[in-house]
Amino acid sequence: MKLTLHVWRQQNAGAKGGFETYEARDIGPDMSFLEMLDVVNEGLIKEGKEPIAFEHDCREGICGSCGMVINGNPHGPKKAISSCQLHMRTFADGDKIWIEPWRAKAFPVRKDLVVDRSALDRIIQAGGFISVRTGSAPDANAIPIPKENADSAFDAATCIGCGACVAACPNASAMLFTAAKVAHLGALPQGQPERYERVRNMVAQMDAEGFGYCTNHGACQTACPKEISIDFIAQLNRDMMRAFFTSR
Amino acid sequence: MQLNARVPSGPLEKKWDKHRFEMKLVNPANKRKFDIIVVGSGLAGASASATLGELGYNVECFCFQDSARRAHSIAAQGGINASKNYQNDGDSTFRLFYDTIKGGDFRSREANVYRLAEISSNIIDQCVAQGVPFAREYGGLLANRSFGGAQVSRTFYARGQTGQQLLLGAYQALQRQIAAGKVAMYPFTEMLDMIVVDGRARGIVVRNLATGELRSHVGDAVVLATGGYSNIFYLSTNAKGCNVTATWRAHKRGAAFANPCFTQIHPTCIPQSGEYQSKLTLMSESLRNDGRIWVPKQVGDPRKARDIPEAERDYYLERLYPSFGNLTPRDVASRRAKEAVDEGRGVGEAENGVFLDFRDAVTRLGREVVAERYGNLFDMYRQITGESPYEVPMRIYPAPHYTMGGLWVDYNLMSTLPGLFVVGEANFSDHGANRLGASALMQGLADGYFVLPYTIGDYLAGADLSAVDVSHAECRKVEEESEQRLKRLLGVNGSRTVDSLHRELGSMMWDNCGMSRNETSLRETLSRIPELRDEFWKDMRVTGRGRDLNQTLEKAGRVADFLEFAELMCIDALQRDESCGAHFREEHQTDEGEARRNDEQYAYVAAWEFTGVWSEPKLHKENLVFENVELAQRSYK
Ligand SMILES: Cc1cc2nc3c(=O)[nH]c(=O)nc-3n(C[C@H](O)[C@H](O)[C@H](O)COP(=O)(O)OP(=O)(O)OC[C@H]3O[C@@H](n4cnc5c(N)ncnc54)[C@H](O)[C@@H]3O)c2cc1C
Ligand code: SF4
Ligand code: FES
Repeated sequence: MKLTLHVWRQQNAGAKGGFETYEARDIGPDMSFLEMLDVVNEGLIKEGKEPIAFEHDCREGICGSCGMVINGNPHGPKKAISSCQLHMRTFADGDKIWIEPWRAKAFPVRKDLVVDRSALDRIIQAGGFISVRTGSAPDANAIPIPKENADSAFDAATCIGCGACVAACPNASAMLFTAAKVAHLGALPQGQPERYERVRNMVAQMDAEGFGYCTNHGACQTACPKEISIDFIAQLNRDMMRAFFTSR
Repeated sequence: MQLNARVPSGPLEKKWDKHRFEMKLVNPANKRKFDIIVVGSGLAGASASATLGELGYNVECFCFQDSARRAHSIAAQGGINASKNYQNDGDSTFRLFYDTIKGGDFRSREANVYRLAEISSNIIDQCVAQGVPFAREYGGLLANRSFGGAQVSRTFYARGQTGQQLLLGAYQALQRQIAAGKVAMYPFTEMLDMIVVDGRARGIVVRNLATGELRSHVGDAVVLATGGYSNIFYLSTNAKGCNVTATWRAHKRGAAFANPCFTQIHPTCIPQSGEYQSKLTLMSESLRNDGRIWVPKQVGDPRKARDIPEAERDYYLERLYPSFGNLTPRDVASRRAKEAVDEGRGVGEAENGVFLDFRDAVTRLGREVVAERYGNLFDMYRQITGESPYEVPMRIYPAPHYTMGGLWVDYNLMSTLPGLFVVGEANFSDHGANRLGASALMQGLADGYFVLPYTIGDYLAGADLSAVDVSHAECRKVEEESEQRLKRLLGVNGSRTVDSLHRELGSMMWDNCGMSRNETSLRETLSRIPELRDEFWKDMRVTGRGRDLNQTLEKAGRVADFLEFAELMCIDALQRDESCGAHFREEHQTDEGEARRNDEQYAYVAAWEFTGVWSEPKLHKENLVFENVELAQRSYK
């Protein structure tokens, strides 16, 4: 197939970006979306031009590196996948495709489709962990955990930290990402001692990074490649209330 | 160069304890006076950085992804082994030790492997305490499964995302130390070279991938946790960024490289679909528990799978290995698949795969049970190929997956370059000539949480290091060399893309130094690699600038290193004139086509010393002594 791409190009954080148009030729249905971009990039290099910068690593939907807004949808039109899992059979010959970076105040553009997502790491640094020294753990079976709690912790823990939820949110809030970590650790007995401290600190960091407030829009859940549920946000809000009443 | 494995004396099961007692300790108040550089934030690097920071050392940790959480370990699916014996099925430290030694085809060091088995249980405890949501039974206790042909259920797992959950555990421990100010994290930063002062590893030169700036970092010891080099084959199951650069650079500065030809090919991956394929996707090995592998009996059979009657199908693994059947070890299953395809019995449009069929499993267990066990894998397969494994058999083919070879390390995980420690897949230590499923995660975390933090203290306490800072002449010199190399890469200005050269190297290595090797083709490849390297330096093209985010430049640097390293791999494969584990030399097979080891002559680790890009490397042998196991021929009949 042949496609027309409109791709956001931006030299660096300070520069003014804009859309450039490229033709993608000889694209097969079994190619992944990123492989389609590889082909375009090889062509650009041969012409002596700079290829389109985009992040990727695992190319199987687990590392969270890739992320682009495709025709207005973070990670593209299909549900429950990340950009690298999108295949060209989703598109038809002659389609026009618009490709942009995540857009959020807390994610400055580094170049083209590459944005700086280190704010997400700093939210985790604020409390997204259980404080346990290496070597001081009791036997793994010492504390039985009901299967449903373990399963719920797992569902929340599958977040890949891609930032699509932020890109989808009209307020650019990182609530789904934050709630997923709060819910993961909060569902486990090991996570209880720091539970309220954790939620308070993580939410404070989220605000400090310049992410917006959550107004229960729900766009995050639709965009999330791991289908993290907004129910976790409700849970975070309940924990925040408790944290407020148990505050120091 | 001297190889001294520093294996402690005494009985196998007492060695680690005794060694821990004998090692020198760094006084708690002095730990903050030592700076440690850790390159890599995968399971090995993140667990090491977090633990060292917690102990009080000053740690600087580097990774090339934009976050530590994205290291390639995140992609591991199947699980992690530990000899907990929670299933009461007869597992023990000694059994895990024995299985690992045997699985590695008797080419690993007994003492290291025993220690790994001993520590395995602590890893699970640590991970659970961090909140890793392993699979559980209804009673609330941890669940296990048997994996990769093991006869006990010792594998802990978190659905098909075990690596992700373990890495997030280590990543969170690392973030905690970053918040505490004990670890400084440098994501989006690539190590380009190693700084050696007075014969000791003292630092690295790195490039900031966002700005392109080069700079040195120095410390009292350097730890490489930079993963494996399967991407030498271009197509592999590894993440796109996996590379040999860090270990190769260290090798060029004095660290011996051990067993580079030991590379593992995983039997169950989705076959290549086209020329522009950028990577191969692993389908978990657990599928072999219920799927049946077959090809048509007839060469070039044009019919669809479901039109081929039972009598005309060849379930070749079940036929050849009646007792293990579809669960034979990775190397055996891979070679048999290659054989079937080479005979012209491959399936799929490109005739480059074999069937993994769930028809009988669906009949026996029902669609629901099959969906519960493998649903997410089936979805993933459908996502990629557009075919549903409930309706038509999966097509699979072996792909490069893991590298047992790596920098040589002693019992303390220190390389032949003093002060340089190597952990995780980057070292050669525990898996011999073939790694068992679910053992890489175990090794990475054992090294990082429980071995290195002790052994590095012993080195630091006794090293008596001079003060070095980034204005040291050696830093300047190595920075300048890195700068020149980047300039050279940018200046070639030829006509070929880096990817096209990488693809060419990859297919050459895959054909000649992949699943099976022979003297003639290895020699021929050895003459072709320098030509390709020449072509790279004459005709490739990198656009853009050096002081900028430039992904083509990053790629070019990595491919340049693969082009040098490829020769060492072939030289090693040629030198090892026997078959063992994943290293299959066609000249050495039994009448039934199984690998034939030669213990008399090759029961050693081949550790190579660098002598120059255009000169022969020097071989050093570490003879392997087996005092606790009997060397036996592997048999899976
Ligand atoms: C698809 C797949 C599935 C797997 N499944 C399993 C499984 O079920 N069980 C199992 O036991 N094993 C499995 N493995 C193997 C296992 O995942 C790896 O061997 C292991 O995770 C390696 O961990 P590591 O910490 O050594 O390296 P990695 O996780 O590869 O980390 C390397 C780190 O080094 C950094 N780095 C590399 N080079 C540089 C450089 N030049 N400069 C700066 N930083 C650098 C990277 O940024 C990264 O942080 C699987 C592997 C694959 C590919
Ligand atoms: S919650 Fe979903 S969309 Fe947001 S970072 Fe996690 S995986 Fe990505
Ligand atoms: S490249 Fe890893 S999630 Fe897409």
